[in-house]
Amino acid sequence: MYNLVVLPLLIPVLCGLLMGIFRKSIAFQKCLSLLSLLLTGAAAFYLVQQVSARGIQILELGGWQAPFGIVLVVDMLAALLLAAASLVSIACLLFAFKSIGPEREKYYFYPFLQFLIAGVNGCFLTGDLFNLYVCFEVMLVASYVLLSLGGSKPQLSEGIKYVVINVISSTLFLIAIGYLYGVLGTLNMAHLSLRIAAIGQTGLVSVIAILLLIVFSLKAALFLYFWLPGAYGALPPAIATIFAALLTKVGIYAIMRMFSLVFYHQPQITHDLLAVMAVLTMLIGGIGAVVHGDIRNIAAYNVVIGVGFVVFGWTVFTPAAVTGAIYYLIHDMLMKALLFMLVGTIIIIVGSSKLRDMSGMITHHPLLGWLFLISALALTGIPPLSGFVGKYLIIQEGLTRGAVHTGYYIGVAVGLLSTLMILYSLIKIFVRGFWGETTLSPDMEKGNTRGLILPCILLTAAGVFWGGGAELIYPYVEMAAASLLDPAIYIGAVLGEVI
Amino acid sequence: METLMSVIVGIIFAIGVYLVLSNSLLRIILGISVLAHGANLLIITMGGLKKGGVPILREEAAAYTDPLPQALILTAIVINFAITAFLLVLAYRAYQTTGVDDMDDLRGPDHV
Repeated sequence: MYNLVVLPLLIPVLCGLLMGIFRKSIAFQKCLSLLSLLLTGAAAFYLVQQVSARGIQILELGGWQAPFGIVLVVDMLAALLLAAASLVSIACLLFAFKSIGPEREKYYFYPFLQFLIAGVNGCFLTGDLFNLYVCFEVMLVASYVLLSLGGSKPQLSEGIKYVVINVISSTLFLIAIGYLYGVLGTLNMAHLSLRIAAIGQTGLVSVIAILLLIVFSLKAALFLYFWLPGAYGALPPAIATIFAALLTKVGIYAIMRMFSLVFYHQPQITHDLLAVMAVLTMLIGGIGAVVHGDIRNIAAYNVVIGVGFVVFGWTVFTPAAVTGAIYYLIHDMLMKALLFMLVGTIIIIVGSSKLRDMSGMITHHPLLGWLFLISALALTGIPPLSGFVGKYLIIQEGLTRGAVHTGYYIGVAVGLLSTLMILYSLIKIFVRGFWGETTLSPDMEKGNTRGLILPCILLTAAGVFWGGGAELIYPYVEMAAASLLDPAIYIGAVLGEVI
Repeated sequence: METLMSVIVGIIFAIGVYLVLSNSLLRIILGISVLAHGANLLIITMGGLKKGGVPILREEAAAYTDPLPQALILTAIVINFAITAFLLVLAYRAYQTTGVDDMDDLRGPDHV
């Protein structure tokens, strides 16, 4: 029992509710949202430290013992993701202060941002499948509102599709939960794992696993990505940033958790399918990123590539590869947020998202240009920056695994190819946008960038630390991978007193 | 009883899928609603249907119904209710702004 575990979920909810009461006072809402996220971040970092010192921490809500009540579990993976999510959301909030505009601020932008973060944190924390569904819904409802806030034409037409697809996948989630309860009689994840280990992963359980796989792939944009580029393209920069950094990652987390803790007995069915989907995702995302001439679409397809790469790394399923996947996942959160902020800043300056409308911005915005180059190199995985460690581990382990299972050679090849595609698509933006003749003088620019660069610098610093401080960070990530690969640790922590 | 319920759930899903696959936005929303009802019925069937017991376990209770599926669908119904309401408002707003309620005409930001 450890009460601190609930804080990353509780603080944003309470602050969001409080902000709803003080609707008129935007300044108060801004202060409170920053305070709330700083507190959440502090709690998350403290949890990382606690978990590394004392192992997995759990909280049985209402004092009901584990398989009967809902339990919140924080292991190293969850703690690291919580910390990264709060860092990203602080940067995103600072970005939103300057860019979101009074119209959206008046209509509950800040409270819904808090609810979104509460939902995301809840998904990372929960140890109960139905509670995961509820946290998904909290997150998604907040995202529906943020998506349609403002009500412009593209937002509404894309918003409808996003909402319909997510509602249908939530219904599938509910159906899978119903089946699982019917077959196994429990919904606690640790308990599910025990029951499946006892009766064996029969065909029926594997079918349910595939159903859950479809649900999580839709949320994570793994292969079932088609809703993503349109929806993200229609959003204002600050909201697109938070979506790109957090929402798909929750889906990836759910896949990692469920398919290493619960459905790990039939890897030739579930994990091979995941690997194939991941490889196709990288390929499709790469093609999308290369062909588009709209920087918002390029950034959106980069999200898709990242999802494919993380999941591919995870499916290799050796300790080092899973460490690499987690490392890359957190790098992806930080750097995708940075990329979307920089792309958003460029759009604010130029007033258009088409590559052909921009040129020579380096003259008046040198800092923006260099930050963009750093983010592009980090996403590609150039050594001292954050993408390198994860990519290196995944490729290396993929090659080792390929000796046993030749399919992984294809995965590694596609992974490297997609890295080239990331490099090409981002350098294309850099070359076309920052080099060349300066067409926009400072007084012709469409928007003001004051204050937008600060959060970008913050994230760049975090990204450089994530890459440069690898020696320092690696033990934490390794611990996360160890607890992910050995379900007994998680089960022992959650159900220890019962068995 | 469970067999009958399973057949009914199957029929409801079929209707829901048919509606979701149509072009009109309103039909899709109705289809989603029907699908959600099917999911709720499925969960309650999965918990096992029994007669003659309340969902409370007492020391001397001879029979009781599993309360968990009931708690689950109660939560699911509330969530679904809220989302359907939101979706209807969003669809109406989209119809007002774009003037179409046909999914074929809502193809990406470049097409509206």
